[in-house]
Amino acid sequence: MRGKGRAVCLGADIDTDVIIAGRYLRTKDRSIWAKHVFEDLDSDLAPRLSGAVIVAGKNFGCGSSREQAAIALKEAGVIAVVAPSFARIFFRNAINIGLALIEADLGCPEGETVRFDLESGWVELGGKRSRLRPLSPHMLDILRAGGLVAYWRVKR
Amino acid sequence: MSSLSERILGARAGEYIDRKVDRAYVHDGTGVLTLEAWKGMGSRGLFDPSRISVIFDHIVPANNSTTATLQHELREFAKGSFLHFSDIGGGICHQCMSEGVVLPGEVVVGADSHSCTLGAFGAFATGVGATDMAAIWLTGETWFKVPHSIGIRLQGAITGAAEAKDVALAYVGQLGMDGGSYKALEFIGDGTGSLCMDDRLLLCNLAAETGAKTGMFYADDITVDYLARYGQSAGEQEKEPCDYVQELEINLADVEPLIAVPPRVDTVRAVRDLAGLPVDQVFVGTCTNGRYSDLARFACMVRGNKVAVRTIVVPASREVMKEAIRTGVLTDIVEAGCSIGTPGCGPCLGAHMGVIGEGEVCLSTANRNFRNRMGIGGEIYLASVATAAATALEGEITEPGVP
Repeated sequence: MRGKGRAVCLGADIDTDVIIAGRYLRTKDRSIWAKHVFEDLDSDLAPRLSGAVIVAGKNFGCGSSREQAAIALKEAGVIAVVAPSFARIFFRNAINIGLALIEADLGCPEGETVRFDLESGWVELGGKRSRLRPLSPHMLDILRAGGLVAYWRVKR
Repeated sequence: MSSLSERILGARAGEYIDRKVDRAYVHDGTGVLTLEAWKGMGSRGLFDPSRISVIFDHIVPANNSTTATLQHELREFAKGSFLHFSDIGGGICHQCMSEGVVLPGEVVVGADSHSCTLGAFGAFATGVGATDMAAIWLTGETWFKVPHSIGIRLQGAITGAAEAKDVALAYVGQLGMDGGSYKALEFIGDGTGSLCMDDRLLLCNLAAETGAKTGMFYADDITVDYLARYGQSAGEQEKEPCDYVQELEINLADVEPLIAVPPRVDTVRAVRDLAGLPVDQVFVGTCTNGRYSDLARFACMVRGNKVAVRTIVVPASREVMKEAIRTGVLTDIVEAGCSIGTPGCGPCLGAHMGVIGEGEVCLSTANRNFRNRMGIGGEIYLASVATAAATALEGEITEPGVP
């Protein structure tokens, strides 16, 4: 549960409609969501997400409960999302599909390298390390398993 | 000295708990992914099929063969597994669950962000994602962080041209799009006694737009009478004083017709400030404003007139539609020149019928006006049913007159 990536910065209150539009939801083909992620915000963004850490403003993932939003980011190659706060359903969805979320305010370090370790609870930018509020043991178990589906497949 | 959430969940705010749920529901949108995740977990059974509902509302009827095929798989599964199943035309999941299904004190999870609507019954009702729901199908339980609560104290009664929708926009404007994050909104105060169940469902529905986990009313005589009409017996919930993390006070008589300006639901203005802005489409419906009282109010205002712009009206459920047919409300709406959609979410989420074009403006009674939500390059203004009716008749944003 360590990782690093190049920061791609976004604003506050990024909603799940703008992450993946309603018109792309009726499919099980995850590559479609990855291809059209953030299309209505910036159509050039999707190809830049592979290996990226999204660094956003508060309330990331607000709006619709669509899990396709979290899946789209993961499928597009996003390593983690950092934001001062997350909308609660998006937060659960991301953990459940194995996408790392980091609650921190890093400003807008576009292009810089962000490193993190969720188990030890820190995030690092420009050599400066900040402590994170730890995830619950249950959430860490889910992330370690690679998501809630894999977690339940092996449990019991 | 507990909040209603704490009483129902049996734990203090801030604690993480595992809790059995009383009802779990999905719609055609989230149900497909839920089924896939449940199969991924090993298809190992369902905790209690009688407590699981599958309700088709998001794209009804199917708009193309891809959607139809996905819906077919979920429909066959729901029927074959003896789940409670509502096919196309039955209505919006939250509305169907509000028609004598959800009871006070229950823990209810829905795979949709507006599941908080059902807190109107004094239930703890909240939205989860598809994979969370798959684990709930399997085990019958899930984890919650017991929320802190914000008290919204309502005083007096709504007057003039205002509606419960305007009260909702007032509190959303005050709290902002993340002002309720991780918290529950509890509607309290003497003014709650002046609000019918349709009003309460609406006020809880908009809780999602503040990021709140749920919105809640205490069950009282109005709740009990409403449920009795569906053959359900329920008890009232005794109100206890509670230390809220924040309290908001709204004098209902002071609320005037309001409108949310795109692309944010918390940019709230008086309707009169935007009067005269031309619109291309008016949409009345959704889990916010598609109930019988909404359709009746709309019909009352358009009766004997013709709408000046294209207007789509979608009843929230078959029950709503049947009542609107029985009382002649639907006839009035059709004779005024409106187009009627299959009970369901309609054009709210921009996935099928009723999408708006580039540069077009829609006045909608829904709850979201995010950029491009109802169609690329279109703009959505959110307002009450009365404002929608006045606007439909004039073809431009119009403040409704006092009835």
